[in-house]
Amino acid sequence: MTISRRSAWLGSVCALGMLALTPTVSAPAMAQSTLRAVMHSDLKILDPIWTTAYIVRNHGYMIYDTLFATDEKGDIKPQMLEGFKVSADNKTYTMTLRDGLLWHDGQPVTSEDCIASIKRWAARDSMGQKLNSFIDSMTANDAKTFTIQLKEPTGLVTLALGKPSSNTPFMMPKRVADTDPAKQIEEFIGSGPFVFKRDEWKPGDKTVYVKFDKYKPRAEPPSGLAGGKVAKVDRVEWRAISDQQQAVNALAAGEIDYIEQPSHDLLPILKKDPNVSILNISQLKGQYVFRPNHLHKPFDNPKILQALWYAFNQEDFLMATIGDAEYIKECKALFICNTPLASTAGMDGLLTGNAKKAQELLKEAGYDGTPVLLMHSTDLKILTNLAPVAKSQMEKAGFKVDMQSMDWQTLVARRAKKDAPSAGGWNAFMTAWTASDVQNPVATAYLNSACEKASFGWPCNAEMEKLRDNFAREPDPAKQKAIAEQVQILATKFTPEIPLGEYLVPIATRKNVTGVLTAPVPVLWNIEIKK
Amino acid sequence: MPLYIMRRLLETIPVLIMVAVFVFIMLRITPADPATILAGDNASSEQIEAVRGQLGLDKPILTQFFIWSGNVLSGNFGESFFFKKNVASLIAERIEPTVSLAFFTILLAVFIAVPLGVIAAHKQGSLLDKIVMGFSVLGFSIPVFVIGYMLIYVFAIWLNWLPVQGYQRIADGISGWALRLILPSIALSVIYIALIARMTRASMLDILSEDYVRTARAKGQIETKVLFKHALRNAAIPIVTVIGISIALLIGGVVVTETVFTIPGLGRLTVDAVLARDYPTIQAVILLFSFVYVLINLIIDILYSLLDPRIRY
Repeated sequence: MTISRRSAWLGSVCALGMLALTPTVSAPAMAQSTLRAVMHSDLKILDPIWTTAYIVRNHGYMIYDTLFATDEKGDIKPQMLEGFKVSADNKTYTMTLRDGLLWHDGQPVTSEDCIASIKRWAARDSMGQKLNSFIDSMTANDAKTFTIQLKEPTGLVTLALGKPSSNTPFMMPKRVADTDPAKQIEEFIGSGPFVFKRDEWKPGDKTVYVKFDKYKPRAEPPSGLAGGKVAKVDRVEWRAISDQQQAVNALAAGEIDYIEQPSHDLLPILKKDPNVSILNISQLKGQYVFRPNHLHKPFDNPKILQALWYAFNQEDFLMATIGDAEYIKECKALFICNTPLASTAGMDGLLTGNAKKAQELLKEAGYDGTPVLLMHSTDLKILTNLAPVAKSQMEKAGFKVDMQSMDWQTLVARRAKKDAPSAGGWNAFMTAWTASDVQNPVATAYLNSACEKASFGWPCNAEMEKLRDNFAREPDPAKQKAIAEQVQILATKFTPEIPLGEYLVPIATRKNVTGVLTAPVPVLWNIEIKK
Repeated sequence: MPLYIMRRLLETIPVLIMVAVFVFIMLRITPADPATILAGDNASSEQIEAVRGQLGLDKPILTQFFIWSGNVLSGNFGESFFFKKNVASLIAERIEPTVSLAFFTILLAVFIAVPLGVIAAHKQGSLLDKIVMGFSVLGFSIPVFVIGYMLIYVFAIWLNWLPVQGYQRIADGISGWALRLILPSIALSVIYIALIARMTRASMLDILSEDYVRTARAKGQIETKVLFKHALRNAAIPIVTVIGISIALLIGGVVVTETVFTIPGLGRLTVDAVLARDYPTIQAVILLFSFVYVLINLIIDILYSLLDPRIRY
């Protein structure tokens, strides 16, 4: 008995010793062309039409394809389509699919599939719903051609079907797209450049895709989300590393190849690493916004809201959150700077931190000191410092601010409540949008001013709704820009939101990773790993 | 003894019921809503309500509780709101990493702490004793994540001996599995080494002054035998208690360690589920943890009687 105990001790000690003395890391066997990426979040939901979460959109771009796509310059180009024709009265769009498009199960992509996919997407997406209101019928002419018949002309057809961000109109097989839009799909077959490996998907650990050998890319070179989508690695693994510091450590150690959104405060560490590249993709931007609740005092008074435009200055928000001048941009425009609809119309003197002017406006408006319940999210680093800066600038202007701290998910739940602030509701919160979501008046969710039907904050302005409808109807880009300027001027008067500046979202890769595209959404085709 | 074990196992039932009710209520009064999280940032109020209906969260809380508890009694822990997977299979996938980490940690802690404590007691007041006690204080004071990051910096980034993060399943190779557990186990075990070493030292100091120890020495027993056979066995009850408590406390420790080292175990699952307000997963994981906690206490009580024949149930 004693001998066996001693043996057990010795055996265990030896085993531990052997482990401790193991000299080097032997990386698990891995194919040469595996891209190991850390995305901004773990993938838990798989239906990019059912949810608007960005990680699910990114998953969508891996396995699905789109009829139209936005290129590097922001222009919308045919993607799955060989081409399309518009009738002289601008009411009939005839779409022709490219030859050789296949679903991942080997079946050909048909017009019926696309019509079913558009219908499901249009039932969920706000821009899709707007487009749907113009559609009279959709008819499959043959396997490759279908017609969209409009009730009246609109510039929305290509704009909506080429929408780069959530909900992106991804095409799915008809049997999948026929799923009730309110329910999640159960089958994940696309016609995109990668195939989803459901058997290897382990939420909280990794998501795996393999190259779709039968994918037929366009002949044109890739440009943004358009052009030839060529998968240049055999396999992509999304590793779920929730700790940003650990993602950076893993990149430095060569255990991963790509970080979609490295935290800005860790960039100096990465910049010092000779094996790491930091890529500043001009289209990968975020825009901070202040969202007031129009239902309750004091923000039910447009004049009081006007004071905020003078009280805020963008630089303070950007420096408090991003903290690096290289990655921030003051931009006094509702629609992302350097995009076709960006303008400074109506912004003279605004967002300059003019506390005196703000105080005057508050006095004129008869502000009675009602406290502003400002929700402060504390767990998302990119948002954490926004509310304290807002509180400080608002207090300088004469507002009384009750800043309440909570995690983002609590904020998300609370912002849906229409109750008075004293009864569990709220007056304001701050968030960030990706650039691709705020490029026109219809796509920008916070410009929806349809009262009860608007999103959280419920602004109510018939004139704004009329302008957004006019924008949707207008096929001429020059006239669309004029309408967008009117939208912006009106927005500065009744304040559905306040833009608080823009920031770049860089990508970090190992030096041997090449081919990262300049696109409004981080996509992983065209990427190569040099040996 | 079998009757005692049976009685103790039966006693776990009301404990688990209380835990189930408490967790269920706490989750429902927490100010966040899985439906709004699931629906995404751009979702409309109608879409959120539709999701709430699909999840069954639009029903009265009492109805939700009876549906859930009925399912649990029939062995069905439900489907995760987010992962769209059966919760039982989700937990089954995550058990291996957590058990591996806990096993390595406790092994390290016991094999290092008990001899250290014995030697410190034997050399009471010596430099070695002071070093061991100093280490104990440090071990208690430094948070797990700080130790983790320091170990990663030195052994994974600077020396490049060990992986920064991740977990390899046993089925994919024992060496890779063990290699990836070294740093997290060391990080997690430091506090338990400190705890067990202190307890062993204190317990041994009491025993070493007993007559039978003096007698053993007088009979000419070698000192190692005196320490490890005669003294340690008699000092074992409090040490075993602390080891048992350590195993129970590990449940909390793995949450941080698995997050720092990106180990897809039950700790990470718990954090993800809590952040996403994934009620079915949280409820099942907490029930599991509670059951493990009760079970460990039972095992410790049984060990008492094995270590000290005077203890009878």
